[in-house]
Amino acid sequence: MKNARAADDSILTDEFLRQLINVGEVDILVGLPTHNNAKTIGPIVATIQAGLLAFFPRDRAAIINADGGSQDGTTELVLNAAIDDVRRGSKISALRTLHVISTQYAASPTRGTALRSILAAGELLRAKTSVVISPESTQVETDWLTKLVRPIYAGEFDLVLPTYSRHRFDGILLTNLLYPMTRALYGLRIREPYALDFAFSGTLGSQFLAQNAWQDETARAGSETYFTLNAIASRARICQSFLGTREHIERRSADLIPALRQTVGALFSSLGPHMALWNASTASQPIPTTGPEREFTLEPLRVNRKRLREMFSTGVAELESVFQAILSPSTLEELRRIARLEETEFRYPAELWVKTIYEFAVAYHKTVISRDHILQALAPLFRGRAFTFLAENRNGSADGVEDNIEALCLEFERGKPYLLELWNGTQ
Amino acid sequence: MREMIVNELTQAMQGISRGFAHILPRIIVLVIIGFVGWVVAYVLKLSLRSILRLVKFDKLSENAGASQLLSKAGLPSATEVLSQFTFGVAWLGFILLGVSVLGVFGLQEQIARFFLFVPRLFVALFLLFVGLLGASFFSRAALLAAVNANLPSPRLLGRAIRSIIIVFALSMVCEVLGVAEETMLVAFGIVFGAVMLGLAIAFGIGGQGLAQQFLENRFGRGKDDEGKRDELSPL
Repeated sequence: MKNARAADDSILTDEFLRQLINVGEVDILVGLPTHNNAKTIGPIVATIQAGLLAFFPRDRAAIINADGGSQDGTTELVLNAAIDDVRRGSKISALRTLHVISTQYAASPTRGTALRSILAAGELLRAKTSVVISPESTQVETDWLTKLVRPIYAGEFDLVLPTYSRHRFDGILLTNLLYPMTRALYGLRIREPYALDFAFSGTLGSQFLAQNAWQDETARAGSETYFTLNAIASRARICQSFLGTREHIERRSADLIPALRQTVGALFSSLGPHMALWNASTASQPIPTTGPEREFTLEPLRVNRKRLREMFSTGVAELESVFQAILSPSTLEELRRIARLEETEFRYPAELWVKTIYEFAVAYHKTVISRDHILQALAPLFRGRAFTFLAENRNGSADGVEDNIEALCLEFERGKPYLLELWNGTQ
Repeated sequence: MREMIVNELTQAMQGISRGFAHILPRIIVLVIIGFVGWVVAYVLKLSLRSILRLVKFDKLSENAGASQLLSKAGLPSATEVLSQFTFGVAWLGFILLGVSVLGVFGLQEQIARFFLFVPRLFVALFLLFVGLLGASFFSRAALLAAVNANLPSPRLLGRAIRSIIIVFALSMVCEVLGVAEETMLVAFGIVFGAVMLGLAIAFGIGGQGLAQQFLENRFGRGKDDEGKRDELSPL
């Protein structure tokens, strides 16, 4: 009955459904949402197969590749990755057949649709645990699977999110906005609310699949963030697992706007439906974590900081008419003031950054202008904050960087009453 | 003689009385239609105002930039202006309907033309509003894209797009209203052509430096920035 429902409403093609029906039921489903990932996908599939052989030889498993119209042979690479090659290098053999299925869900990539295909497949196959692995990772280890799957297999948790060892300046949007704001609002110290490698129980997957958010453009663009936030809202049991170093394909500067849509857009749009939850939440709590919460690597990195500051100043000057619709006069005046500072004196203080973000969140909620324009207007300001973060941690130790992020988190928590005042329209 | 004068005067008075008796009921009908029209127009105004407030029309109008124009002209909010305008047009329509009852020669044709013109007036207003909304949206989109791509003169680009869309919308409005159609068509062609030619000349001759800077920013880097990353991975 449950399977029939999934098949009825699903976006799955007949061919994909036929292949899934041939598989039957599985214990572990590994989802790979791809789009032109030929450079990395081969080793990732091999590593997943090796991980399944090494840690889950008795379990029924399937690798599902949801592809968004790759033109570089990604799907062929997934299907051609023979498990025999992995077996030859390993002394362990699987007791069950490992199925590998690839489906093209659309001619162009949409992260939400890819995740939805994986969730629907998981529901059809009655997967106890589903794991999603990012195809952009260049260094996936065989033990990632066991680190992500075991807590769910043990029945202790519904969602396992990753933590990584990253360069101190990697993921500045996460460390300066997504993590501190999620923590301040929802009271859980989730280091990677936008998780690309994560695992979840069949129950949580079905619950997320059944909701109506799939028609929402923001939810589709930021489905991973939405997934985490929905798990928090539904009081799912969440834990973190340290996976090791996260190496991924270099992102270009043009990727900032899509990144804002995938993360900040999803976070801002979740505020309305989850208002009762974040309104009631007070201080933040740590969540169970296997391994360290975060590790930073400190190797030197040359970044064009001058360009970051210039783009901030240009943005503040050129987008004044847009900011007038979003920000309060005092915040805008303060931004104008710091935009005039020399590079050596320039700082975008944490307090002002928090105020800016909360005003953006309320403007987004009230749709003072097009929501996508609000997110795009945040980009130059984020560059200013990124410049400050780089400057403040240029010679910092790993602990120093962590202290800096912690101070920002506390600032977000302190600023929460201001957000509530704005939200309720008293300011 | 005296009898003739009295007779003529009596006939004239009777003629006036007949005319007055002929026109008086029609004037009463005009007044009644005018009063009913006022009531209907007033109800229409109140209903429209409520609907516009419900759909947050003022916010839409603010996004379109129409509210700023109204504010500069010392006019009230867009909702108020549109409801008052509808009230005015509806009441005027009823009054003209009443006037047509008077049977004044030549006036009926003008009244019929007015009634044919009203739908076009509303279509023109709608086009103008959509044009302003589109101009505001696309100019802001261009401005944001230009700022985030680090292009030179983003505000100029935004304003140019806004102007082109507004001129295009105005030319459509004039065409719908049947006002100076050919003049507007020629004016639009001239403005559009001039803007495109201006941009081409500015970028090709006057803006060599800017073009060079843009291309360098887009495809290459200066020596100082060699080995540096433009931005870090945000996620």
